[in-house]
Amino acid sequence: MNKALHTNELGTSAVPAIELRKINKRFGPVHANKDIDLVVAKGSIHGIIGENGAGKSTLMSILYGFYEADEGDILVNGSPVRISDSKTAIALGIGMVHQHFMLVDNFSVLENVILGAEDSGFLASGISRARTELKRLEDEYELRVDPDALIQDLPVGLQQRVEILKALYRGADVLILDEPTGVLTPAEADHLFKILNVLKDQGKTVLLITHKLREIMAITDKVSVMRRGEMVATRQTAETNMSELAELMVGRSVLLNVEKQPAKPRDTVLAVEGLTVTDTRGVETVKNVSLEVKAGEIVGIAGVSGNGQTELLETIAGIRSATSGTLHIAGETIDLGTRTPNPAEMRQKSLGHVPEDRHRMGLVTRFAEYENAILGYHNDPQYSNGLFLDIAGIKAAAMAEIEKYDIRPPNPILKTANFSGGNQQKIVLAREIERDPTVLLVGQPTRGVDIGAIEFIHKRLIEMRDAGKGILLVSVELDEIRALADRVLVMFDGRIVGERAPDADERELGLLMAGVEGAGA
Amino acid sequence: MFETFILLLDSTVRLSTPLLLACLAGLYSERAGIVDIGLEGKMLGAAFGAGAVGYLSGNAWVGLMAGIGVSVGLALIHGFASITNRGNQIVSGVAINFLAAGLTALLGQSWFNQGGRTPTLSQGGRFQNIELPFAEALRDVPVIGPIYSELLSGHNILVYAAFAAVPLTWWVLFRTRFGLRLRAVGENPAAVDTAGISVVWLRYRAVIVCGMLCGLAGSYLSIAQSAGFIVNMTAGKGFIALAALIFAKWRPGYAMFACLLFGFLDALAIRLQGQELPGIGEIPVQFFQALPYILTVILLAGFIGKAVPPKAAGVPYLKERT
Repeated sequence: MNKALHTNELGTSAVPAIELRKINKRFGPVHANKDIDLVVAKGSIHGIIGENGAGKSTLMSILYGFYEADEGDILVNGSPVRISDSKTAIALGIGMVHQHFMLVDNFSVLENVILGAEDSGFLASGISRARTELKRLEDEYELRVDPDALIQDLPVGLQQRVEILKALYRGADVLILDEPTGVLTPAEADHLFKILNVLKDQGKTVLLITHKLREIMAITDKVSVMRRGEMVATRQTAETNMSELAELMVGRSVLLNVEKQPAKPRDTVLAVEGLTVTDTRGVETVKNVSLEVKAGEIVGIAGVSGNGQTELLETIAGIRSATSGTLHIAGETIDLGTRTPNPAEMRQKSLGHVPEDRHRMGLVTRFAEYENAILGYHNDPQYSNGLFLDIAGIKAAAMAEIEKYDIRPPNPILKTANFSGGNQQKIVLAREIERDPTVLLVGQPTRGVDIGAIEFIHKRLIEMRDAGKGILLVSVELDEIRALADRVLVMFDGRIVGERAPDADERELGLLMAGVEGAGA
Repeated sequence: MFETFILLLDSTVRLSTPLLLACLAGLYSERAGIVDIGLEGKMLGAAFGAGAVGYLSGNAWVGLMAGIGVSVGLALIHGFASITNRGNQIVSGVAINFLAAGLTALLGQSWFNQGGRTPTLSQGGRFQNIELPFAEALRDVPVIGPIYSELLSGHNILVYAAFAAVPLTWWVLFRTRFGLRLRAVGENPAAVDTAGISVVWLRYRAVIVCGMLCGLAGSYLSIAQSAGFIVNMTAGKGFIALAALIFAKWRPGYAMFACLLFGFLDALAIRLQGQELPGIGEIPVQFFQALPYILTVILLAGFIGKAVPPKAAGVPYLKERT
C-alpha cells in the first residue's frame, strides 16, 4: 500500500494532515480495528467506506479521542500525538460531526456552538464573540443558520450545519463526518457536498465516512475501504469505480440492482381512505392519506424520515389510533375514526408487520432467538395449547427459520441482543414472512444492515411479491425504494404529495421529498 | 383579619424555607441528569449533624458546617453509586434515605440517651432571628407596618439565604459557563463529552452543590426553626420538595412559588388544626398533609402542561460503542 509523501498530485503539502499507523482497538472479544494504516492528505476529501460494523466509526472515534486505541500511532501534521480525549483532538484542530448529532435539543444554536468553548466563566462575552464569529463563518462558507433558533425547531439538515459550525468555531482544520447524509434529502445532501467542497477550497481536510458508494464517487479525492476491522484498500477515486469498491467492501461481487420481473398486480388487498392521525402533542402527523396496495405489487413510500411514514405504518398495523379514516382489509371495512383495531386482530386479518425500529418494536432483545421468533404469534395452536407453550416445537420451528434465512449464529437459544443488526432483522422478517400474510407492512427493512443481508432481504421481498402478496414498503433509502417498489408514493409533511414510477428522475423525487410543490409534474 | 393573614404568610415563609432549599438542591442535581430521591435522607442527616454539633459546640455556624458536611458526604455516596458506578439512581437515593433514617436515630440514642433526640440547644447553638432596620419603628404604620415588621423582618439568616438562592440559581444556570454545561449534561451528556468536557466531574460538582443546599435545608430544621434534632424530623419534606421540583418544571423561579404554595398549605393546616369550619366541620390534618401530593398529581395531569424532565435524568452515562 502507498505510504505518505505521495500526494503532490493534489497540489498540496507533502506532509499528510493525518497519519495513522498500526491502530488496534478491541472491545472485549471484538477486534474492531486491526492494524489500520491511513494517510490523509491536507486539503483533500478522503472517503472511508465499509459495511456497518466494519470499524469505520470506531476508527474515527479514536482519532477524535472518544476512544483510545489499544496500540498504534497517530500523527497530526507529521508529528506524533497522543489523543486521550476529545479536548486534545479539538486542540489539535480535529472536529467531528457525529452520526447522531451531539447537540442539546433545547439549547439555542449559539449555546450549542459555545458549549465547551465558552471563553470565560460567564456566558455573555462568549455568546457575543460566537455571534460575530458565526456571521463570519456564514459569509465564508455559506453556512447560514439563525443563531437564536432552538435546535429542536430546526430540520435535521440545519442541525447538521450547526455541528459543522461547532467544529469550525473550535478552529478545526480536519473535519470528520460520520454518515452525514443518512438523514438528508438528496437536495440537502447536494448542498452539504457543496459546503464540503468550499471547505476543501479553503484548505480544510475532510474525512467522510459512509456506506454509500455514490457519495464516494461524487465527492472524494481518495477512498479507503474497510472490511471487518481491516483496511483492505486505498484508491484514487478517479481510478476506481462503484463495483470495484462494492466488491472490496463485501469481499465478493454483489448485485447492486435487484433483479425482478415486472409486477402483475391483481385485486386490492389493502386500502386506506382519508387517514388522519394526530399525535400526543396534538400535531397532525398523517393528513388525509389514501392509498391502496394490490396483490402482487410492492408500493414504496419514499420520504425523509419524520414526515408521517412511521405513524402511517403504525396506524395500519393497529398500534396507533387515528382521528379519522377507513381501512379496507380482508373484505372488511374498519372505520378508524371510531375504533382502533389491535395488532392481534390485524394479524388475524393476515397482515404482517416488520416495524421500522426492530429494537423498540420488533424484538425483545433480552429474549432468546426462539422466543422472538414467535412474538405476537404465541397463541397460535401450532405453538401453544392455550395454557402452555410447546417449547420444543417452537425451537424446532425457529431452527427451521434460522436455516431458511441463514441467520447466524444458528442458535435459537442465544439472546437476540447478541445477533448482529442484519441477523436481527432477518429474525423479524422470518417471523412475519413465514406466517404467509396477504399484506406485509415493511418499515426500513435494511436500516443498519450489511450489504450481504440487504441483498438477501430484498430477494425475499420480491419473492413474496411474486407469490401474489401485497407489500407496503417504507424506507428513507431512496435507492431501496427505487430498486424494490413497483409504484412510489412520496410522503411529505404527512401527505402523499405524489405518485411516480420507480424509474422516475431522481432529482424530481428528491424535490418531492423536500416538499417542493408540483415538482416536475 | 389582615393581622391573621400576615401571620399566616409569616409562617408560610418559615415553613417554605426548608422546602425551597431542598427543591433548589434537587434542581442542581436533576438538571445535571442525576435523579435525587435522597433529598429527604440528606436533609435528615444534615439536621442531625447540625443539631449534634450545634449542641456540643454551642455555635450555630459550626453546627451548620457539620450539617453541610454530613449532607455532602451522603451526596458523594449517591454520586459514587450513580455517576462512577452507573448504578440505579432511585435505588441509591432510597438507600440513602434508609441509611439516614436509621443512623440518625441510632447515633442520637447512643450519644445523648434521649430517645434519639439531641438535648435542647443553647441560644448560641441556634440561628437567631434578625430584625431588619426600622422594623420596630414601622410596626404601627398601617398595612406596610405588619408586612415589613412581621413578614419581611424577624427571620433567621437561612430564610434570607434560601430566597436569595433563587435568583442566584437562575443566574448560575443561565448566565455562567458552569450552568450551561450543567444543563447540557442533563440533556445530552454525549454532547458534553464530545465537546471535550468531563461528564463525570461535572456531575459530581452538581451533586456536591445539591449536598450543600440539602445541608442548609436540614440544618435549618434543627438549629434554626427548632432548638434541636428529633427523630425523623424531616417528615417527608424532602419528598414534598421533589414534588415541588416537578411542579416547577425544574425552574428556579417556579420552584420558589411551588414551595411557597406548599408551605402555605402547611401553615394553613397548622392554623386550622382542631378548628371547626362552618358547614364542613373539622378537617383532619392528614388531609392537608396529603394536599401537596394531591395538588401535584392533579395539576400535572392537565393544568400546568407537561412537565418534561431533563432528557438524560436518571440515565447513567456510558460511552456507547458505535
